[in-house]
Amino acid sequence: MGVIIILLIVSISIALLFLFAFLWSVKSGQFEDDYSPASRILFDDKTTTQN
Amino acid sequence: MTKQPPKTESGNLSVAQTEKFYYDNAIVRAFGFATIAFGIVGMLAGLWAAIQIYYPQSSLGLAPTTFGRMRPLHTNAIIFAFVGNASFAGIYYSLQRLCKSRLFSDRLSWIHFWGWQLIIAAAAITLLMGKTTGKEYAELEWPIDIAITVVWVIFGINMFGTIFKRREKHLYVAIWFYIATWVTVAMLHIVNSFEIPVSFLKSYSWYAGVQDALVQWWYGHNAVAFFLTTPVLGLMYYFLPKAANRPVYSYRLSIIHFWALIFIYIWAGPHHLLYTALPDWAQSLGVVFSIMLIAPSWGGMLNGLFTLRGAWDKVREDPVLKFMVVAITCYGMATFEGPMLSLKSVNAISHFSDWTIAHVHIGGLGWNGFMAFAILYYMIPKMWGTSLYSKKLATNHFWLGTIGIVIYAVPLYWAGFEQSLMWKAFTPEGQLKYQFLETVNSIRPFYILRSVGGAMYLIGAFFMVYNLYKTIRSGVFIANEAAEAAPLIKLPNTKNEYWHRILERKPATMLVLSLIVVALGGLIELIPTFLIKSNIPTIASVKPYTPLELQGRDIYLREGCYTCHSQMIRPFRDEVARYGEYSKAGEFVYDHPFQWGSKRTGPDLAREGGKYPDSWHYNHMYDPSSMSPGSIMPAYSWLLENNLDTGSTAAKIRAMQKLGVPYPEGYANISNKDLMRQADSIAANLKKDKINTASGKEIVALIAYLQRIGRDIKSAPEQVAVSQSNENNK
Repeated sequence: MGVIIILLIVSISIALLFLFAFLWSVKSGQFEDDYSPASRILFDDKTTTQN
Repeated sequence: MTKQPPKTESGNLSVAQTEKFYYDNAIVRAFGFATIAFGIVGMLAGLWAAIQIYYPQSSLGLAPTTFGRMRPLHTNAIIFAFVGNASFAGIYYSLQRLCKSRLFSDRLSWIHFWGWQLIIAAAAITLLMGKTTGKEYAELEWPIDIAITVVWVIFGINMFGTIFKRREKHLYVAIWFYIATWVTVAMLHIVNSFEIPVSFLKSYSWYAGVQDALVQWWYGHNAVAFFLTTPVLGLMYYFLPKAANRPVYSYRLSIIHFWALIFIYIWAGPHHLLYTALPDWAQSLGVVFSIMLIAPSWGGMLNGLFTLRGAWDKVREDPVLKFMVVAITCYGMATFEGPMLSLKSVNAISHFSDWTIAHVHIGGLGWNGFMAFAILYYMIPKMWGTSLYSKKLATNHFWLGTIGIVIYAVPLYWAGFEQSLMWKAFTPEGQLKYQFLETVNSIRPFYILRSVGGAMYLIGAFFMVYNLYKTIRSGVFIANEAAEAAPLIKLPNTKNEYWHRILERKPATMLVLSLIVVALGGLIELIPTFLIKSNIPTIASVKPYTPLELQGRDIYLREGCYTCHSQMIRPFRDEVARYGEYSKAGEFVYDHPFQWGSKRTGPDLAREGGKYPDSWHYNHMYDPSSMSPGSIMPAYSWLLENNLDTGSTAAKIRAMQKLGVPYPEGYANISNKDLMRQADSIAANLKKDKINTASGKEIVALIAYLQRIGRDIKSAPEQVAVSQSNENNK
């Protein structure tokens, strides 16, 4: 069952990676506004100028 | 008049000049077309395989089209070609719009596209040729594994590059799902694909037996999680609000959904190995996490369905929403069922039966298929600047597909339950009540119904092809869609350079770099040390395969026997009575790869060795129904004709030695001598039963292997007891 150690290392490093990503996202204010992002995607940025 | 640029998080930037740029629709179109084409191919392969189960003659008696090769073709085509291409199409479409930026590099996009399609073509050819690693959903051989890694990295660079140059500071929740998909699939693929090449298209798994099983299902379950679930959830969070034209029910819930899901999912794999020779504690760990998974999964489902609150009238009108509603409902059902199936008492009945097949098809047909259809119906009219040719036809597709799913799944649930209970039934005298074949025949009608359901689903997909074709004809493709947005202005970061500040500026680099460092550094150092050491057998009587048996085992792999036969007797009264002594972990230490299987369309083979004479196997392979009347096993008559390739023996033995299998020093060079000796004795044995065959035929090698399976511990039962008490479950 030595392989479980590898799987643990791999799984935990992924988890840590995600933890870092999570900390980053919280500290950089990604989730400070949990209302407008949901609405913002609905507005398409159609250009009004000619193309 | 220029539209007011959207406000960014930093507030006062709305005065910035907007930039004009173009979304790349051509790449989305390419992935979209590939989705449609491979969807049809994959479903056809599935239908064909399903028909073969009750009508084996439909394999045409050809090796490439027989179930054992068609089934991997079907699963690979659906997972990696159909859902894969659909995810790439949807990700590239939504990522550009969420980031307000064209994709990072057109060139990388196209390398990604053509690379992926080449991989699919190579996969189709090699799988039909019987080139397989013998590990479910990871069947592709090592050169293709390397190609997948390269293309995946290119996809990653393209995606992170786009995120990097985005004009929208906030990363919408869908993007998080895409990131998680990329990171985790990369890791899973690398770890599970560790294999030692024997030749150009042949390799052996680095891991053996129990270890291989654990890695494989760690991979297998997370492939479901991170290839079939997280990217599609990301698509849901983008396309559902867009199609319904209202924001997601709770953005906060979507964030919680994401983080909870990815932290829990990775641990659930062992629930595929309940009651097997995997150590009990690992099984329990898998069960606990599997049950916890219901919370984030249902959070996501409810978030999706609640998004439609007050908009259900739109569902009546819009086929895109119809498909999504059923897709999300199927997601909810499958993720409720998953934790239930992870309970050991339920799993005791469901495992190895058609219940599992029904379960995955609720996910595959319902969740993945319907989401793919929905986004195609959404994107294609948009990219051609037109509207869908016929809503009515799409609605017909929807109903045909939905009823098809029901007719597919319900009979299989029934079949799984019925057969499993028949397996477990005893007479009052304490004898097994049913022969295996009786249980098979009792569920044949369900197999027929299942293929009817599948056919309906496929016909629906053809409706879609026609509908989209007409839609495309009525519009003009917008290859480069104009858009404008204000650039993202970085605030000067003069004060307080904390670590997270640095990370903030280079999230992509950090993710990629740390991943590579962890993966390569850790694995290359650790794997040989751990694995070869733990290959020391705990059961003294378990010996490596003879060269002929090894060759026979490779034929067993090539023909995909594991797709219908398990080699794992669980410690239940009925299984021990039917098949023999339950399987011990120590029996599999030389099995590169493990062949425990996941389905018993035919009986378990873990104690097959010595059950029947050689001639029985010979005749059975030539015509299974001659030995077991009513059998649904296909004939493997080519094994009687083909000459065994003994040129590979030495290389195979050497590869096994590298993996720690204790053949004597220099044995590779003389291995063919042993091989011929054993082959001659089997041929002589067959001759006694009036079967004349040359000893160099493949059938002889296969018989050698089949007669070996599970015999080692029979020969020395007292040693088993000793080693069991010494070191259990190594």
